[in-house]
Amino acid sequence: MADFNRHELLIATIARLLDGCRLVATGAASPIPGAGALLARARSGGRMRVNVLGSIRNDFLCDGGVELFDLAAQGRLDAFFLGGGQIDGQANINLVGAGGSYPQTDVRWPGSFGSGYLYYLVPRVILFREEHTRRVMVPKVDFVSAAGPANDGTYRPGGPIGLLTNLCWFAFDRARRRFVLETVHPGHSVEEVRDNTGFDFDCPDDVPETARPDPATLTLLRDTIAREIAETYPRFAAQIFGVSAA
Amino acid sequence: MDVDQLAGLIPDGAKIAVPPDYSGVAIEATRAIIRRGIRGLHLVCVPVSGLQADMLIGAGCVATLETSAVSLGEYGTAPRFVAGLKGRAFRMMDATCPAIHAAIQAAGKGLPFMPLRGLLGSDLLASRPDWKVMDNPFAEAADPIVLLPAIRPDIALFHAPYADRNGNVFIGRRRELVAMAHAATTALVTVEEIRDVDLLGAEETAAGTLAGAYIGGIAVAPRGAWPLNLWNIYAHDETHMRQYAEMARTDEGFTAYLDRFVHRAAAAE
Repeated sequence: MADFNRHELLIATIARLLDGCRLVATGAASPIPGAGALLARARSGGRMRVNVLGSIRNDFLCDGGVELFDLAAQGRLDAFFLGGGQIDGQANINLVGAGGSYPQTDVRWPGSFGSGYLYYLVPRVILFREEHTRRVMVPKVDFVSAAGPANDGTYRPGGPIGLLTNLCWFAFDRARRRFVLETVHPGHSVEEVRDNTGFDFDCPDDVPETARPDPATLTLLRDTIAREIAETYPRFAAQIFGVSAA
Repeated sequence: MDVDQLAGLIPDGAKIAVPPDYSGVAIEATRAIIRRGIRGLHLVCVPVSGLQADMLIGAGCVATLETSAVSLGEYGTAPRFVAGLKGRAFRMMDATCPAIHAAIQAAGKGLPFMPLRGLLGSDLLASRPDWKVMDNPFAEAADPIVLLPAIRPDIALFHAPYADRNGNVFIGRRRELVAMAHAATTALVTVEEIRDVDLLGAEETAAGTLAGAYIGGIAVAPRGAWPLNLWNIYAHDETHMRQYAEMARTDEGFTAYLDRFVHRAAAAE
């Protein structure tokens, strides 16, 4: 793994998961999804638009904070990213807090942001959480900020396609309401994923390695995308790529 | 009118709508609110907040907090928010961003409520007895949808680059500020400066203007968002934000912060 780092693998993986999207948006505190979306856009031949929250140059929304949510409800937004302090095996996500009794939880996170809405409406939600441990990947979340797909006939054009972590990529099988281990990142193992996951998931006999970024992708990422994401996330870009804004 | 006089227009117990950190936050006015010792505020963050909510909570000004998140962003956890919640210092109303936008829009349209997609099966919905679920009356099959009561703030409070000579305020593309002002009984605005222009005299500026008809008070506050940024006009103060995040971790540290940057700073002027 000498020729690329963990962040570059995640960014390249995200870009691949966004293939074919017309409109992608990223939310608060999302430098890796932001870089992944900008990388996917650069390879889309002009077919993809990207909206990075907090950017001036890569934000076309000019009807206030509500516009992103309005276009999601109309079905115009193809992909979005959500995380969680806790994520469970039915893809419920918790951005509020853990332990104790709500609202006096033992641990309190910032809050649900747009998750309680976008999770239901955006067709390609990518769950993204770098930390892959049993305190994050739990059997059942303590608070449901946004519910996993319930297949109960309620209006739900959106939902998760899978969960990307530092260790692996799980696809989400919506009909069975379960995660399926699809690929494990270079340098990691199925056993390591099992040891660090608190929920049950499906695991095929043969789990391939997550595709490594090719040299052309790494060049594009380091030469161009790094400077584009530095506009919104200067500290991230400086740490990972050693660059400042273009 | 100066910033302290502007803060004097806010009564104890007022419902105040404030914008997110990137949109233009009236922090100088927030310091003035804390100096006046205003109590019992119902703070509505449209749709999230950071430094402003944290300071007001820490200073004991907030009785109810309605928000989709409170965070200092890359400076981490909002420490007074977390401590206040643990200590039951205020009533918490957790929301999701579009729910607050929709409820603000309902008030702006003079409607009693607004329907919103999503939310079904969540603990956000379960924890909000004021939100209701009804069946879409226009659908043939069952189609439950959430109804949100309108949020009608007494006051919308924000900071903007400038006002014109007629009391109109330039808000650019920050339309959430317009939505807040339309929803509220009145808007109180701080600006970097007053310019001798007429914003409504040309289409280019009129499209980015909040008309004075919605505004109950304007005060000039140079660098009035400090230590936050104002759009891309000035950047946030990294050193100070780090200092705040550090000092606000303890009750004593936060008291020392207020003494140094809120109370004593004013006395020295």
